[in-house]
Amino acid sequence: MAIPRANDFTIRVGTINGSGSQSSNLVLTNAIFRLGIPVAPKNVFPSNIEGLPTWFDVRISPEGYQCRSRDVDLLVSLNPATWATDVPSVKPGGVVVHEATYPMNGDVVRDDLTYYPVPFAQIAKEHIEAGDLRKYLTNMIYVGVLAELLGIPAETIENAIRGQFKSKPKAVDTNMNAVRLGLDYAKEHLTKSDPYRLEPMTGMTDGLLFMDGNRAAAIGCVMAGCTVAAWYPITPSSSLCESFIALTDKYRVDPATGAKNVAIIQAEDELASIGMVIGAGWAGARAMTSTSGPGISLMAEYVGYAYFAEIPAVIFDVQRAGPSTGLPTRTMQADLAFAYALGHGDTKHIVLLPATIEESYDFAMQAFDLAERFQTPVFVLLDLDLGMNSWLTKPLPYPEKRFDRGKVLTADDLNKLESWGRYRDVDGDGIPYRTVPGTNHPNAGFFTRGTGHDEQARYSELPDVWLRGLDRLVKKHDTARTVVPAPVIEEDNHPVGIVAFGTTHHAVVEARERLRADGIETDYARVCALPVSPDLAAFIGRHERVYVVEQNRDGQLYGILRMELPTHLISRLHSVRHYNGVPIDAHAIVDPLLEAERAPAVVAE
Amino acid sequence: MASNAPPTNINLIGLTRDVYRGLPTTLCAGCGHNSITNHLIKALFDYGVQPHLLAKMSGIGCSSKTPAYFVDQAHGFNSLHGRMPSAATGAKLANRELMVLGISGDGDTASIGLGQYCHMIRRNVDLTYLVENNGCYGLTKGQFSATADVGSTMKNGRPNEYDVIDVCGLAIELGATFVARSFSGDGKQLVPLLQAAFAHKGTAILDIVSPCVTFNDHVGSTKSYAYVKEHDVLLHAPDFIRRSEEVVVDYEPGTVQDIAFEDGSHVLLRKLERDYDATHRIAALETIHASRAAGELVTGLLYINTATPDLSTREKLPAAPLASLDEAALRISRDDWATLMAT
Repeated sequence: MAIPRANDFTIRVGTINGSGSQSSNLVLTNAIFRLGIPVAPKNVFPSNIEGLPTWFDVRISPEGYQCRSRDVDLLVSLNPATWATDVPSVKPGGVVVHEATYPMNGDVVRDDLTYYPVPFAQIAKEHIEAGDLRKYLTNMIYVGVLAELLGIPAETIENAIRGQFKSKPKAVDTNMNAVRLGLDYAKEHLTKSDPYRLEPMTGMTDGLLFMDGNRAAAIGCVMAGCTVAAWYPITPSSSLCESFIALTDKYRVDPATGAKNVAIIQAEDELASIGMVIGAGWAGARAMTSTSGPGISLMAEYVGYAYFAEIPAVIFDVQRAGPSTGLPTRTMQADLAFAYALGHGDTKHIVLLPATIEESYDFAMQAFDLAERFQTPVFVLLDLDLGMNSWLTKPLPYPEKRFDRGKVLTADDLNKLESWGRYRDVDGDGIPYRTVPGTNHPNAGFFTRGTGHDEQARYSELPDVWLRGLDRLVKKHDTARTVVPAPVIEEDNHPVGIVAFGTTHHAVVEARERLRADGIETDYARVCALPVSPDLAAFIGRHERVYVVEQNRDGQLYGILRMELPTHLISRLHSVRHYNGVPIDAHAIVDPLLEAERAPAVVAE
Repeated sequence: MASNAPPTNINLIGLTRDVYRGLPTTLCAGCGHNSITNHLIKALFDYGVQPHLLAKMSGIGCSSKTPAYFVDQAHGFNSLHGRMPSAATGAKLANRELMVLGISGDGDTASIGLGQYCHMIRRNVDLTYLVENNGCYGLTKGQFSATADVGSTMKNGRPNEYDVIDVCGLAIELGATFVARSFSGDGKQLVPLLQAAFAHKGTAILDIVSPCVTFNDHVGSTKSYAYVKEHDVLLHAPDFIRRSEEVVVDYEPGTVQDIAFEDGSHVLLRKLERDYDATHRIAALETIHASRAAGELVTGLLYINTATPDLSTREKLPAAPLASLDEAALRISRDDWATLMAT
């Protein structure tokens, strides 16, 4: 068994949902970060408020990999319900820190693990006052035990606690005392006999901070000038609008008058939230909603309307695992095909695909510009992993560009025009001009409808008029191909290419390193938006075999590429899919690629 | 009575009646909805609505086609079936200066759109909402809607078995702040009620019985011209006093209820046969229930409450339309940004 490197392992903490382990998990994560070591926390939680099992993985990697690792090196078990199933999942050579009273029999007895039994309940009973706080503070004891076992200085933990309880200074001492109980117990009673350790690093985390994608997107909404938001609570998207509420409470209120430069409505359902967004977009405001798969299903009719009537709207879909209610607290990238074509009849939308915290922020801002520029709904697809987990990120840059409000005619513009038509393609890019209600000019008004209409927005059932309308929408979509965020390409003339989008990126980064170690060099194109960019088609054209990696069962991006690429490129594509609800890891890419690359005849099918 | 200067062909804001007209109707000849459109044109003209500030919103159905038939200059939004309230709410939030006029029907409101209707009322969105109520689906050839009375028959004689959803009773139950019922054939009542609805700051519901001449105007229907004329009971006689006019009244004490609106206009409810207090919520519900039990159609301003704040007020929106705000008003300052990124 190889001796693990310092700073290269994954800690899994298994607790009971609602026991307050989130605070201790975040303190642990933050303390490791404060040692200069890159960490990637992943919360694997149930659809439940209290009682069901929950896990928190802290991946520590000297390379700074942000994706999940499927290996559990160090298990902290504080949940008797999962004790018997969690221990067998620990990697050979690993470590188990556990409540001392848990039974040692059956599958939990292994001779390839190091066990550190700790009487958590008894320590808590003896040293922590009875009451509601006791169960929360019990979790802090394990932070102390780990600090001693892994070598995190007590003062680093204390600083992390200070950061965590900024608004409640009194809580710092209470929590630190609980941590000390763990430190002291470990010092006195446990003999370190495993190789895992943490060593301070430099140069890896300088200037970085933790943020989740939902908050980053909400900051993007503020800076993009979103003034109307309508939403219906749904996991995992709720914290996007809740962050937007918190930010606007702070930054959009006039202290003198109390007036608020935003309207945020919790609607009765997603049918209404999208309706409000489209009504507001029609009336000239920048408006958004955030939801997840089931909400997107309900929004289908209005989104198709806005595509056809050409009304700006921004829709955040923080994807969870479907179909149906599915796994509401797990992650997938399975709304891609549905969102891209949402609506009955022929529809296709602009879809932005952020992979990082910076992109969650930047694409959120860009979405409002694109929605108004193209007068159409724009989707921003995050997923639970990106939206709800904390990621290390550089500070977000202040926007230097002004809003792009698109082709809006003012009363002055109308004075200069003899006539205008709402759906005329004046510029040849498929994008017409619009006016907003309230424009003080007798020619400003027009009739917005979901029924067939001509260039003057008049009702029409004429075949030629209908064709012209549909074809112009295609032209507009084609214009968008080169305006939406371009794919990010890393290329060095290798025959094998990887294509991925969104959070799959982080597993691709690690997978490419592992493949290189196995002698397979790859090029990489990360898709950042739909419609598909010509750059992506060119990338695929330069590679013999292209693996399209994504987190859904049916290979949805693979399917879209097969529909949209020239026929001669299609046979180069191979689909790699991961869809068990937990974030993709590097193995899920490395294993199928190695197998395929070592048996190319089979791959060619 | 009020010194109500007779409208000439120029209104309060200097526009002619022609400005308030629209495209020719494509509905059936004799459709109640066409009468409502004509009354609307008169009410919009008399009230002096600015065409560029009028937002004509509708759902789907015969009623929802009518926004094309008046105020051609105004922006129109023919939305989805049952989903106009949400779009109207969004439009009003985006630009609170707009005068939002929502036109719906009984299927659009009481069947497919019941949820949005309820929540629009609950939020007290400042708009006028018309239910052009004929008890049936005209565009799909005469199926019952949820406002058909029990026992009312289809053209083929089949009776409706299911209880009626009374959109006025429901609205009052939900806390609506302006609820009126009228008849497409009674312009004398409808035109002042429409103007009062425009003046009201909050959701103003007008349920207007509007016979469908093609599918629901036969013997056995409770939404036919003949049935409505025979069973219509007027609560009071409304008069609308515009914002520029003085209220000069010469009525006996206790014979007129005077309700003032924020813009300076008034509606005067002149007593007819019964005493009726339009600000009494419980009495309004009793009146609706009693009239239905008696087989009557009570029309007039059933209930009004001018004290409840509308959505834009509750949301503390600024005076300027949200849609008009720029980067300086909306972005976090550079100083605050540095702090935000440090936390």
